[in-house]
Amino acid sequence: MDPSTWFYAISLIKILVVFGVLMTTLAYLQWVERKVIAHIQVRPGPYFVGPHGLLQPLADVIKLITKEDLLPPYVNKPLYLAAPFIAVSMALLSISVIPFGPEIDVFGYHTYMQLTDLNIGVLFVLAASSVGVYGVALAGWSSNNKYALLGALRSSAQMISYELPLSLTIAAPLLISNTLSLRKLVETQGGNPAHAGTLWNWNLFHGWQWIGFLVFLISAFAETNRIPFDLAEAENELVAGFHTEYSSMKFASFFMAEYANMITVSAMAVLLFLGGWVAPWPAEYGSGLVPVAVFALAGLIAVYHGLHPARRRDRFSLPAAGLVFLFIAAAFLAPFTQSWLLPLFWFCAKTGAILFAFIWVRGTLPRFRYDQLMGFAWKYLFPVAIVNLLATGLGVALFG
Amino acid sequence: MSQVPLSWFLVLSALLFALGVAGFLFRRNIITVFMSIELMLNAVNLSFIAFAYQHKDVSGHLFVFFVMVVAAAEAAVGLAIILTVFKNRATLNIDDISSMKD
Amino acid sequence: MDVILFLIFATIAVVAAVNVVVQSHPISSAISLIGVMGSLAVLYLLLGAEFIAAAQVIVYAGAVMVLFLFVIMLLNAGTETRQSKSETAHLLGVPALLVFALLLAYFIRSQPDSGVHFGGFTGGSAQAVGRALFTTYLLPFEVTSVLILIAIVGAIVLARKEI
Repeated sequence: MDPSTWFYAISLIKILVVFGVLMTTLAYLQWVERKVIAHIQVRPGPYFVGPHGLLQPLADVIKLITKEDLLPPYVNKPLYLAAPFIAVSMALLSISVIPFGPEIDVFGYHTYMQLTDLNIGVLFVLAASSVGVYGVALAGWSSNNKYALLGALRSSAQMISYELPLSLTIAAPLLISNTLSLRKLVETQGGNPAHAGTLWNWNLFHGWQWIGFLVFLISAFAETNRIPFDLAEAENELVAGFHTEYSSMKFASFFMAEYANMITVSAMAVLLFLGGWVAPWPAEYGSGLVPVAVFALAGLIAVYHGLHPARRRDRFSLPAAGLVFLFIAAAFLAPFTQSWLLPLFWFCAKTGAILFAFIWVRGTLPRFRYDQLMGFAWKYLFPVAIVNLLATGLGVALFG
Repeated sequence: MSQVPLSWFLVLSALLFALGVAGFLFRRNIITVFMSIELMLNAVNLSFIAFAYQHKDVSGHLFVFFVMVVAAAEAAVGLAIILTVFKNRATLNIDDISSMKD
Repeated sequence: MDVILFLIFATIAVVAAVNVVVQSHPISSAISLIGVMGSLAVLYLLLGAEFIAAAQVIVYAGAVMVLFLFVIMLLNAGTETRQSKSETAHLLGVPALLVFALLLAYFIRSQPDSGVHFGGFTGGSAQAVGRALFTTYLLPFEVTSVLILIAIVGAIVLARKEI
């Protein structure tokens, strides 16, 4: 086959794999969130559909698809129908430039673990997220409902305000790495195989960048409309905010958009500050054995609990899960998988840690008041982000 | 034919500019009039980019950049003025906002 | 391929621009204007202006138009009432349209045909734009920052309650 056919074939496969994995992750992120919140609040969470509620996302999807799709008579129809579509497509669009790993070899064909590498990748993600605001704004306006309109107004004001500190903190690591391409960004943080990196090459530990990282995370919480900044859908004041009038799959698309945005923002944080798919320390010192150890330990614990079951239903489910974990641990040891599985593991582990922080904060913090929210963005985050950018620029100019 | 003549871009730009002028003259809602101005600015930007391509020179992009900055500043001030006008007169019709003329 | 791409996005831009002018509700006009800006961004990309294309989407579509939408929602601007048709508009408008069309036709025919081949110019990267911005165009750049400061102050003064 000639190279261009290869290119199309590989790209198509990559798109299918990424899309499938992303959709599954979106569904299971909801499950993870419910479980984590439940355990924070000392209750078991979803438990009845499948072992430990593992099939709950499937049940949710079936429920959402088969629900009646209401179209209120007083809405502005074209915009009402377009809004969830805009929200979800813009949220999924940014995934296409996120690199998950380095260049790999597929049957002798070199390809990147990334759908496409734009040399304006960072700007692309910013652009997609800023267009995503329209999904929320139009949903609220076209619903012709005062709660929805108020939610949309709040959310668009919030997203515009928090986009500024977000962009300014993104600019600081870009100054250090001197590129807009997300892949090169990771390579400057030690992803280059020529000088295998350590923790200290990450942008997070570059001078005072942890301040920028904190501002980025806080803005990211606001940008994705998550607690403590979920003013747009404050249930006890606004019913459900901008998606009050939505039902069935249209409602689900807003949820998908929210979770996809969470994943994108976490991945961006990992790529910008946490070194992307780079292991925290070089493989010569055994970073390659960490995933093996983690999965083997998880598998052994699951098997142990399966042999001493607290509940009758755990007798089969836990050993089965344990065996799956042990199998994954073994997969990490196989030589032909290490080149792509290890970077993928580190990328997913870092992204997962930030996603867990999202859920953790949701289980911990109360909601802001609206004036506090805007005041916080403009009076604290924005100045800090500007000073951070200026100081970083000065540092880069002086010390290269 | 796999090449687009440069003139097509300029014609597109002229069409958009003319539509912007038409909107500016025909519409009575002050916000829509303002949006027509933005449309005209965008039309001019397209010409700049097309000429930048033609001359293989990045300067045209810089002009567009400055136009964008000016447009953003203009939008901030203009919309603040519109809000103030609406607060004082409760109308958005430009025919009703003519006290400087009377 | 280039011609097809150009025609698709040019058509979208023109149709959306017509929509901006003829729609009676400001929200519809605003959405159409976003459509114009989006298709123009694609054309910029095809002309090798990748940084400007991204800036177009981020600044215009992402910030300026959201501001417009925000004001329209806030003021609850309704549909516009049609004005009575004026005689002068007809008398002046039809000849002006004809002159415009003739000029366009003349322009298309007389222009020496220098083709645009997409991908033929790659000097519009963020790096090139930044280099030009901070060397040749440093003074205008600094002046724009003052302009933006003035705009911020102006907007805040106008938004105060007393006026």
